[in-house]
Amino acid sequence: MASNVSSNSRPSVMSTKIVIAGGFGAGKTTLVGSVSEIPPVTTEAVMTEASIAHDDVSSTPDKVTTTVAMDFGRLTLDEELIMYMFGTPGQARFWFMWDDLVRGAVGAVVVVDARRLADCFDAIDYFEKNQNIPYIIALNRFDGEREYTVEQIREAVEVGPDVPIIEFDARDRLSSGSVLKQLLKYTLSRPEQPELVG
Amino acid sequence: MRSHRRRRGARIRPYTFTGGRTRSRHPLMVQTLVSIADPRAELPRNLMPESQQIYELCAQVRSVAEISAELKIPLGVTQVLLSDLADQGLVYIHPTITGHSPSENQVLERALRGLERLFQ
Ligand SMILES: Nc1nc2c(ncn2[C@@H]2O[C@H](COP(=O)(O)OP(=O)(O)OP(=O)(O)O)[C@@H](O)[C@H]2O)c(=O)[nH]1
Ligand SMILES: [Mg+2]
Repeated sequence: MASNVSSNSRPSVMSTKIVIAGGFGAGKTTLVGSVSEIPPVTTEAVMTEASIAHDDVSSTPDKVTTTVAMDFGRLTLDEELIMYMFGTPGQARFWFMWDDLVRGAVGAVVVVDARRLADCFDAIDYFEKNQNIPYIIALNRFDGEREYTVEQIREAVEVGPDVPIIEFDARDRLSSGSVLKQLLKYTLSRPEQPELVG
Repeated sequence: MRSHRRRRGARIRPYTFTGGRTRSRHPLMVQTLVSIADPRAELPRNLMPESQQIYELCAQVRSVAEISAELKIPLGVTQVLLSDLADQGLVYIHPTITGHSPSENQVLERALRGLERLFQ
């Protein structure tokens, strides 16, 4: 099984990251908790607002800083490789912090609640604009009826045929693990992207 | 099924983790691992209390995010303090695999094999 990172102090140990994005309550933390070898950890970031979100009435214009909580999990993939899974804050008003969270990610999963498709548009817009991060869509059915086919959902969320859409159950370890595998396969299948981030 | 997705204009605004000033000097991302540069070195003197706590945690390999969570120091501040410790040669910053360079594909393949082992 997975070796323990903490007993390993060799400088050759390295890490990587994938991002779990999606709408409010779509199942991001559930996914992270299903696959992680540690219980999801919550950490806080204090955000400095350089300008005011004019298109978001819920933001507080007078505040200079905002504290945003996010959670992450960890997987030891081999003796020298750790992967972190970072959940983005679900509330749209925190979309701005994604840049810091997403920077350097090998890929992203956009978790979609099949009953509330519109909630994922912010996340999809973000990754459509940041072409250097490969992303896939993971459809969390929430035990719901299969009202729409995957192709209908592809049309509704307006993503091209190349973006994989897979159905899964965020509460299920193997199902969530298969989402991560799919993302890595997709990342590896893509042609080389130019380095766009520092 | 009608599409409702709105394509908004450029919404990228200059928000950043507080304390992001060190980023250009060291590639310290939330997932980046750090550890004490010389495990046999004595505890350095004159460190600020937070920096000393961070240094002590670095006795084992940990990510920036894990240190931030464990010490309840916001991510941006943790990045700044770690960057200063690295500048002083006290802390080693491990490689971070971003997948942006072809030379990293072998590592991504290792990552996939690891996932296949764990979730078969
Ligand atoms: N029935 C059912 N419940 C689910 C499923 N996935 C998640 N849930 C529940 O839905 C709720 C929200 O899930 P979370 O994982 O917290 O969602 P999230 O995306 O992290 O939410 P935010 O971080 O608040 O945006 C929780 O109560 C979960 O237990 C699912 O597949 N089926
Ligand atoms: Mg959550």
